[in-house]
Amino acid sequence: MEGQAVKAGFDFLGIYGFFDGLMPESLDWLAFLVAGFILAFAIINALVVSTAVYTWFERRALGKFQSRLGPNRWGPFGLLQPIADVVKFMSKEDTVPDGADRQVFTLAPIVFVATGFLVFALIPLGSNDWLSRLNIGLVFIIAVTSVNTLAIFMAGWSSRNKYAMFGAMRGVAMLISYEVPMALAIAAVALASQSLSTYTVVTNQEVPFMLVMPLAFFIFVAAASAEMSRTPFDLIESESELGSGYHTEYSGMKFALFQLAEFMAPIIVSCIVATLFLSGWRGWGPIPGQVWFILKALVVLCALLWFRATWPRLRVDQIMEFAWKGLFPLSLLNLFAVATEIQLLRDPVTGALTDSDMWAMAAINWAITGIVFLAVSRMFARKQLQRPLPKPSPLANMGAEAE
Amino acid sequence: MFRLRVTFDGEVVLDVEPVFGYLHRGTEKLAEERTYVQVVTLTDRLDYVSAMTNNLAYVRAVEKLAGIEVPERAKYLRVISSELQRIASHLIATGFLLQELGAFATPLMYCFRERERILELFEMLCGARITVSYMRPGGVLQDAPEDFWPALDELVKAMPQYIEELEGLITSNEIVLARTKDVGVLTAEKAINASVTGPMLRATGVQWDLRKADPHEVYDRVEFDVPIGAIGDTYDRYLVRVQEMRQSLRIIEQCVKQIPKGDIRSRTAYFIRPPVGDAYGAVESPKGELGFYLVSDGGIAPYRCKIRSPSFINLTVLRDLLAGWKMADLIIIFGSTDIVLGEVDR
Repeated sequence: MEGQAVKAGFDFLGIYGFFDGLMPESLDWLAFLVAGFILAFAIINALVVSTAVYTWFERRALGKFQSRLGPNRWGPFGLLQPIADVVKFMSKEDTVPDGADRQVFTLAPIVFVATGFLVFALIPLGSNDWLSRLNIGLVFIIAVTSVNTLAIFMAGWSSRNKYAMFGAMRGVAMLISYEVPMALAIAAVALASQSLSTYTVVTNQEVPFMLVMPLAFFIFVAAASAEMSRTPFDLIESESELGSGYHTEYSGMKFALFQLAEFMAPIIVSCIVATLFLSGWRGWGPIPGQVWFILKALVVLCALLWFRATWPRLRVDQIMEFAWKGLFPLSLLNLFAVATEIQLLRDPVTGALTDSDMWAMAAINWAITGIVFLAVSRMFARKQLQRPLPKPSPLANMGAEAE
Repeated sequence: MFRLRVTFDGEVVLDVEPVFGYLHRGTEKLAEERTYVQVVTLTDRLDYVSAMTNNLAYVRAVEKLAGIEVPERAKYLRVISSELQRIASHLIATGFLLQELGAFATPLMYCFRERERILELFEMLCGARITVSYMRPGGVLQDAPEDFWPALDELVKAMPQYIEELEGLITSNEIVLARTKDVGVLTAEKAINASVTGPMLRATGVQWDLRKADPHEVYDRVEFDVPIGAIGDTYDRYLVRVQEMRQSLRIIEQCVKQIPKGDIRSRTAYFIRPPVGDAYGAVESPKGELGFYLVSDGGIAPYRCKIRSPSFINLTVLRDLLAGWKMADLIIIFGSTDIVLGEVDR
């Protein structure tokens, strides 16, 4: 960021400056490389370690949801369970099925995991975050999450297994469908924050966008929980139907990578939600921004966990219906409403939006959301609960025979 | 354990061909080589989630065959235990239906938690939880211990709330409705033609329950309704099971009030030698009509023992139920038929 004084801290410039000072002028490129590696190392490890903790948390919390104990053997409260898991995965034989496309089969889990890391790099964890200042951050996030789809299809297709193929085909259809409402919800955020960079989205988010555009928030959370294919959208894996979907044939570390990516997904999604809709690191009082961010992300994470523990799965056609007939029109409506409001409310000269503009938008959007939800739910409820009253069939009537 | 060879067109089911026999243990043949009392233990292992009703069906057949009288108290104990078993079995059916719907184990674990309480009661009654072998020709194994009655009372009081809670989770859940409503419809005519029984039959609207139609034990002395479904879809099958749990609680409540003091087992010879002849004893098990057809040649073991297992016969409509539905529906329709493989393969 030129023209802006960046404090030398533990960010890219700080690390680069440190190594640049150590090395002669001709080795600038090496300092750049080393600094890059250190940052990548930090990001990847932050995500991997938090995923490891999250796997423990999720299994433990699910245990509580389901009135059972959850992992409790390894370490205090089973905290070392992730380590035991990894040891188990590593000691397993790494099989590749006959007739599988070896290269694609090996590449798929790597592609799947890599997308997660790429997205996580763009999350502004605090006000001095550096990578998130990428000026096309939102577009980058949408683009990279789409690569997931490719990885799932690679895995399903290359394993040459009908269940894997089923899972992959379902996955591709579903993920592509949910990209659309997700992107449209993000577009509304970009409009309101007047920026494509995740960093600026947070700095411009005086009022959390969850309050400003609840509809976009709802659409994003729904689409994102589909993107990470968890209940009620977990038809890619659908254990009761397909074995375990696209990664049926995977074992050992390759399977561990898929598991890692799957458990990473909720963390990333909750981070994105915290950034885009809950005003990221912004908070009150002396508490540092990072703590606020983590708190917000944790709340979203727990909500996602709650979904997972409660809901059954939708059928494949119902999921597509929900995307195209439900979320897609809603996201269009939301985008249209937000765009119109901004056009009307913003300062005609500078184009800036003040806090009061935001609150005005919030009022209108809440009204719209309320009306839409009421209409949709009444429509559905009428259709859903319509059932004839049970009446005894004349074919075999116990009462009549007794008489 | 159960194999379904399915032909798909994309996601749509074209044809299914069940492959049976992976759990075949030759129960009917084994029964020919055991005394009449010993066979009771074999029946536990038929439908292993409702051993009490299996016991009851078998001992009814033996009592008919040998003309054994059953003391009043034993009759009541039998009804109480088999109604408890019905609740336990329906809990499992509901839990696994939800599991197959993709609800990540939560409803299943809730159902198992309640079932656990019932199994604890069984443990009080006879020391076993699953394979109870509680009934004997001529009565039951032993009288209920003193602390059984307060525990039963507590369960009967607490159970309606649990059923309510379960219903709150499931009955008007949008996703459950979307998945099960109008899915896998079985018509009354087809069900009767295939001699389907149990909740599957009642879900189609046919009010047929052996407890009313052929009242055995003390079912004619208690008041209960036979819940039926409206159209016979997967959702109706679920609803009927839930309502039956409530009715079972009603029956237990009345039985606890009516139960007299007295013997729990009539005197029978150590080796029961029924006269030459045959008898068919059937009860309404949680899955449907469970019947034992016994032929005696006057010896100490049945000459022939034929089991009419409801799970097996309810499976005969599977092809009609499944054809044309999607892969995901296949699983839940199959789940809603609530079969137990121990009974299918025998």
